[in-house]
Amino acid sequence: MSTVLGDREQVTGNRGAQPFAMTSTSPVRKDSNDRDRIVLQNVSKFYGEVLGVNRVNLSIPTGVTGLVGPNGSGKTTLMNLITGLIRPTQGRLTVLGISPDCPEELFRKVGYCTQFDSFPKGVTGFSFVYNTLRLHGLDDHESVRLTFEALERVSMTEAANRKVAGYSKGMRQRIRLAQAIAHHPTVLILDEPLNGLDPMARAESLELFQALGKEGLHVIISSHILHEVDKMSDQVILMSSGYVVAEGQIHAVRTEVKEHPMQILVRCSDPNLLASRVFAQDHVVEAKLVDDGKGVLVRTRDADAFYLLLNQLVVKDNISLETVAPADDDVNSVYQYLIGSENKTI
Amino acid sequence: MSRLAQLRQTLAEQPWELWTRQIAAILRMDLRKNFLSRRGIWIYLLAFAPVVVITLHSIFDRADPSQMHTDTEVLAGIFQFFYLRFGIFFGCLGIFTWLFRGEVIEKSLHYYFLAPVKREVLLLGKFAGGLVTSVTLFGLGVLASFTMMYAHFGAAGQYYVFSGPGMGQLLAYLGVTALACIGYGAVFLMLSLLIKNPIIPAALVLGWETFSPVLPSLVQRFSVTYYLKQLCPVSIPTDGLLALFTVVSEPVSTIAAILGPIVLAALVLALACKLVRRFEISYAAE
Repeated sequence: MSTVLGDREQVTGNRGAQPFAMTSTSPVRKDSNDRDRIVLQNVSKFYGEVLGVNRVNLSIPTGVTGLVGPNGSGKTTLMNLITGLIRPTQGRLTVLGISPDCPEELFRKVGYCTQFDSFPKGVTGFSFVYNTLRLHGLDDHESVRLTFEALERVSMTEAANRKVAGYSKGMRQRIRLAQAIAHHPTVLILDEPLNGLDPMARAESLELFQALGKEGLHVIISSHILHEVDKMSDQVILMSSGYVVAEGQIHAVRTEVKEHPMQILVRCSDPNLLASRVFAQDHVVEAKLVDDGKGVLVRTRDADAFYLLLNQLVVKDNISLETVAPADDDVNSVYQYLIGSENKTI
Repeated sequence: MSRLAQLRQTLAEQPWELWTRQIAAILRMDLRKNFLSRRGIWIYLLAFAPVVVITLHSIFDRADPSQMHTDTEVLAGIFQFFYLRFGIFFGCLGIFTWLFRGEVIEKSLHYYFLAPVKREVLLLGKFAGGLVTSVTLFGLGVLASFTMMYAHFGAAGQYYVFSGPGMGQLLAYLGVTALACIGYGAVFLMLSLLIKNPIIPAALVLGWETFSPVLPSLVQRFSVTYYLKQLCPVSIPTDGLLALFTVVSEPVSTIAAILGPIVLAALVLALACKLVRRFEISYAAE
C-alpha cells in the first residue's frame, strides 16, 4: 500500500479547512498485481444525494489493515462495497482479481463479519455457523468439522448449542466472527469486531487477527478504538466524510504530515545539554524536558536531520542514550492531525 | 460448433451438483422458517378454514346421496372462489413476498448474500422453499376439504371418489393448486424485489387477475387464473358478475393451460433473477 494523503479540496469541501496540505488522491499503483490485492479504482457510492464514499482509490496488500474514521465517515460503506452488499455508483473494484458481482467465487475467499447484530430466528451458535457452511455446498461431515474448528478458535464451543438469542453481545460478536472465518477465507473483513467484547476476549481477538495477518491473509478491520488499531495494524486507511484522508503504514503516513512537527522522545544521560544543543537548530520547533527530568521531548520539522544531529551530539558531547522513540508516531496522533478535533465522537 | 452443441456444452460445464446442494441447504433453512413461523399462522387459517366449514357441514347436515351433485358444485365453488381467488392468492402473497423482504426486515439477508451462492441459485432455492410450503399447506387444505366433503356420504361417497369422477377431480384440484402456487409465487417473489410494501403488489395483481377477463384474449394470457379456470374439473353455473371469475372466453388446450402458468412463472423468475443480482442490502432504508 502506498503512503498517501487525501485530496485537500475534497476534504475541506466537507469539513472546513485543515491545518495541513494534502496531496492529490492516491492513484492505484499500476504495477500492483490485482490478484493479490483488494483494488478500488475511483469508487463512489451515493445514497440518493447523500455521500457514502467518494472517489476512493486503494490497493490493499496482505496483512492487517486498520480502517479508521469517525461515525459516518464511510467505513462500513467501503466494506459493504468490497463485499458486494451494495454496488458502487461509479468506479470499479476487485478483491484478489474477483469482482463483487461474482459472489459464488468471491465468498470462497472472503469472510465478512458485519456490524449488523441480527441473526436468523431460532438459530443456535452451532447451526448459525453450520448452515453457512452448508450454503457453501460442503457436506455434513465437513461442515460439522469446520464449525467446531471455528467455534474453538473464538472460544465458543461450550455455548455452541445455546440459542444465539440468549447470547451476550460479546458472544454474538464472536459467533459472527466464527461464521466469517469458518471456511478459511484469505480475505477477512471485520466491521467493528471488538465492540462489546470484554478485555479478555478483546485481547484474544486481537491476537487472533494478528495471527491471521501473519498467516498471509488480508485482514481489514474497522474500529473506533485507535490504540487497538495501532497495535494490530500493518497499515491504516484513515477516512473522513466519505473520503480516504490517508493510507499506508502509520509511520510513513505520520512522516507525510509535515504541518505537525514530529515529536521524538529522547532519554539520555544529559537532557539539559541535549535540549540546549538541539534547540539551536532551525528545524527544531521545541525541546522540553520531560517531567521526570531524565529526557527531552523534541518537536522537529525534519526528523531525519534531527537523528543525524543526535548521532553527532552523542559522539561530540559524550551523551549516552537510553531510548529514542517517536512520541506521536501512532494512529491516534495521525488521526488527530488529519481528521482533527471536529470528530470527537470516535 | 453449432449453437445447440455450444449450449449443450455450456450446460454440461455448469456445477449442477454444487447448485443442487446449495438449493437443498437453502430449502432446509427456509422450510423450517416458513412452516414454524408464528407470523404464518394466518396462512394455516386460510388453508384450513374451508375444512372446518365442510366438517361442520358433514356433521350437521344429513348425508343424502342425492345431495352429492350439489356438494360437488359447492366444493367446486369453494375451490374456485375461496382457494384460487382468495386463499392461495393471499397465502402466496404472504409466503413469497416474505422470502426476501422478510429477511430484509429481520436483517438476516446478508448471511445469504455473503455465502458463495449465485444470486440466481439463491432465488431459485428460496422460490423452491416457498413453493414446497404453499403447495403443502394448500394441497393439504384442498385434500382435507375434499375428503370431508365426500366422507360423510359413506359408501356412496367412496364409490364416487374411487370408481367415479372423484379421484380425477381431486387430482385436478391438487394440480391447479400447485400451478397457482407456481404462478402467483413467481409473480409475488418478483414484485417483492421491486416494491417494499406487499399491499401494493397484492392490489396490483388482484386487480389484474380480476379484470383481465374483460381484456383482449392475448392480454388475458398473462394472467395466472386465465389458465387455471379452464383446468378446474367442475364448472359452476354462475350468472352476472360472478361469471367473470369462472367463464373463459377463448379457452386453450389442456396442455397449453398447464404449460401456460409454468412458462409465465419461468419468465417472471428470469426477471426476478435480474433484479436479485442488483439487489442491495440497505437495512437502514427499511
